[in-house]
Amino acid sequence: MTDQSYNFAYLDEQTKRMIRRAILKGLAIPGYQVPFASREMPMPYGWGTGGVQVSAAVLTPEDTMKVIDQGADDTTNAVSIRKFFERTAGVDTTTATSEASVIQTRHRIPEEPLHEDQILVYQVPIPEPLRFLEPRETETRKMHALEEYGLMHVKLYEDISRHGHIATSYAYPVKVEGRYVMDPSPIPKFDNPKMEMPAIQLFGAGREQRIYALPPWTKVVSLDFDDHPFEASKADHCCALCGANDSYLDEVITDDAGGRMFICSDTDYCEGRRAAGHRGPLNAEAAE
Amino acid sequence: MSVTPLLDVRGVTKHYGRHIGCKDVGFKLYPGEVMGIVGESGSGKTTLLNCLAGHQAADAGQVIFDTRVEGPRDTLLMSEPERRMLGRTDWAFVHQHARDGLRMGVSAGGNVGERLMAVGARHYGDIREQALDWLERVEIDGARVDDRPTTFSGGMQQRLQIARNLVTGPRLVFMDEPTGGLDVSVQARLLDLLRGLVRGMGLSAIVVTHDLAVVRLLADRLMVMKDGHVVETGLTDQVLDDPQHAYTQLLVSSVLQV
Amino acid sequence: MIEVSNISKSFTLHNQGGATINVLEGCSFTVAAGECVALTGMSGAGKSTVMRMLYGNYLADAGRIEVAALNLVEAEPREILALRKGTLGYVSQFLRVVPRVSTLDVVAEPLLVNGVAEDEARDRAAQMLARLNLPQALWDLSPTTFSGGEQQRVNVARGFVYDYPALLLDEPTASLDGQNREVVLSLIEDAKSRGAAIVGIFHDDGARARVCDREIDVTSFSVGRAA
Repeated sequence: MTDQSYNFAYLDEQTKRMIRRAILKGLAIPGYQVPFASREMPMPYGWGTGGVQVSAAVLTPEDTMKVIDQGADDTTNAVSIRKFFERTAGVDTTTATSEASVIQTRHRIPEEPLHEDQILVYQVPIPEPLRFLEPRETETRKMHALEEYGLMHVKLYEDISRHGHIATSYAYPVKVEGRYVMDPSPIPKFDNPKMEMPAIQLFGAGREQRIYALPPWTKVVSLDFDDHPFEASKADHCCALCGANDSYLDEVITDDAGGRMFICSDTDYCEGRRAAGHRGPLNAEAAE
Repeated sequence: MSVTPLLDVRGVTKHYGRHIGCKDVGFKLYPGEVMGIVGESGSGKTTLLNCLAGHQAADAGQVIFDTRVEGPRDTLLMSEPERRMLGRTDWAFVHQHARDGLRMGVSAGGNVGERLMAVGARHYGDIREQALDWLERVEIDGARVDDRPTTFSGGMQQRLQIARNLVTGPRLVFMDEPTGGLDVSVQARLLDLLRGLVRGMGLSAIVVTHDLAVVRLLADRLMVMKDGHVVETGLTDQVLDDPQHAYTQLLVSSVLQV
Repeated sequence: MIEVSNISKSFTLHNQGGATINVLEGCSFTVAAGECVALTGMSGAGKSTVMRMLYGNYLADAGRIEVAALNLVEAEPREILALRKGTLGYVSQFLRVVPRVSTLDVVAEPLLVNGVAEDEARDRAAQMLARLNLPQALWDLSPTTFSGGEQQRVNVARGFVYDYPALLLDEPTASLDGQNREVVLSLIEDAKSRGAAIVGIFHDDGARARVCDREIDVTSFSVGRAA
């Protein structure tokens, strides 16, 4: 139940208003990084302070919240943030993607398609896609303002020259509505095509003090070359547990003799499939 | 000869507080001409170059460039996007220190390709082909295309910087002490290369240097600056061989004969 | 072709107490197409100064210097550059080239800048070097390391490889052996017969007598020595 010593969702109302203004501005200018006065949160930077502040600002008492880390509901980061909001906001929580109204995520988009009444909140470590090659903030801001995005392709060029193909496999840069180049946070590029969705997507970077957003059905194009087109790749296996061929897979080392298996990174999706009777190679063997 | 000047500079002035950076500088540069600006440190030559190239805001004056599409336009009145666009298409700037003009964390090929990608090239194969072609033109082994400039010698870095600047076929190149800080033997090679490129591409260039040997080999015309003012202009060999102003005479007579 | 009227020249040495050295006054002469004129006078009389003013290398204080109808005294730098490129050739005593450029390219350059195709320019440069008996082994080397006579021949080759309508020759036969001196003199004769206007300084009396139509004694324009 709610810990009454805290305001609803931890942040004070003025701070939430400030963050909501930033969110609205971000929604009005899709892909544009809106500066905001990030607060100290009771968790270290890098643990999702940006995402938590955005979630706190959009939560209402009626919301149902889901928190995932790399697709999983049961990892430390996900559990602690979920507990944080249970305690400070008293909202219901769930692990089921379809039942959540607000989903805070680190590094994944759920496999199950989201719908209109949902908000997906991303935790972002480095919001500036140009930072890799241009260390000056004054210069990157100017580049965004003037739409000078040649540098983004230099990064992809470097990839191809070094690896023979675009080796960037996560945080793959996208162009939003033909205007701003945006870092989608470190989601696998497999998830990039999913970003054109009916749900609202909000991105919060606590340490870097930036918020940006994608309204529903915003056009999101992954950057590429004519002769090296974008490919949403994944491991060439099926899930060992549920047998899914269409989900993003984590590689799990099972022993020190080179044994390994691939399983869905989205735990809710995997459990749902198994509950519906789907079996992967591992479970099939176990059943025999 | 009623040719439109490529660059028409009028009354360019820049103050640093009460100190004069450069004062009332004017000249016309015609297509294919290379002009040298000489003077000792603090004479205002680098300030002038930065004002012309739009790296510093001039206090007064006009820098009229004959643009491809719209003809002569005062670049000081252009919007910043327009000026930056000019800076990566028709203009090029070669810095004294290659690391100011290169991305040291990016491969040689990426450095050369950046300007192409900045103007919309989106075909990796074509970009790479052009990068290789340019490395060859500046005498860098194509096998080094994927190496970072940090592994290059000073002379190679400078040549890479030149390739990176010229790949989009600019019409006007600003050079700030292009051979400064290089060994004499490396300088000669660079000068020869620059001369070949300038002649071959019909480039116009403004070269700032304190090295009179550099301007004699590279520049058609010369402008001598002292304390922010232009004290003498003319044909390079005429200014060097028959200097009129006291300062120029001092400058010329101060060169050690080898 | 070349018309000099009433030019004067002095040097002011600002860094040596502002001393002024008057060199020439009231210098006038003309050179017609197909004519070769020698500048004479003892050393220090101002022969080289006149040559340099004709090339735009020295400024004249007053007067007119017209070469192919361009007044050098008032001309813009780019007009002088254009004149030097296609009209006015100069064979100096000194060779100033970028290190590393091959002799063949040095000689071919005047043709290249005048729009001759690269292959043809190199062919003509090679013919000229052969005519001047420069060993073929040297053609691909930079002339900076050559001996005085070899450099002189490269200079001559550069000056004659393109058919300039006007030519300035500063001791073209200096430091040459008899055979090559003969070649240079025949080059001058060829240039005259195709109509080039030539002004030269020749310390070699025999050469001067053979190719020059007239002599102009610069001493008569020298300040303070005219008497």
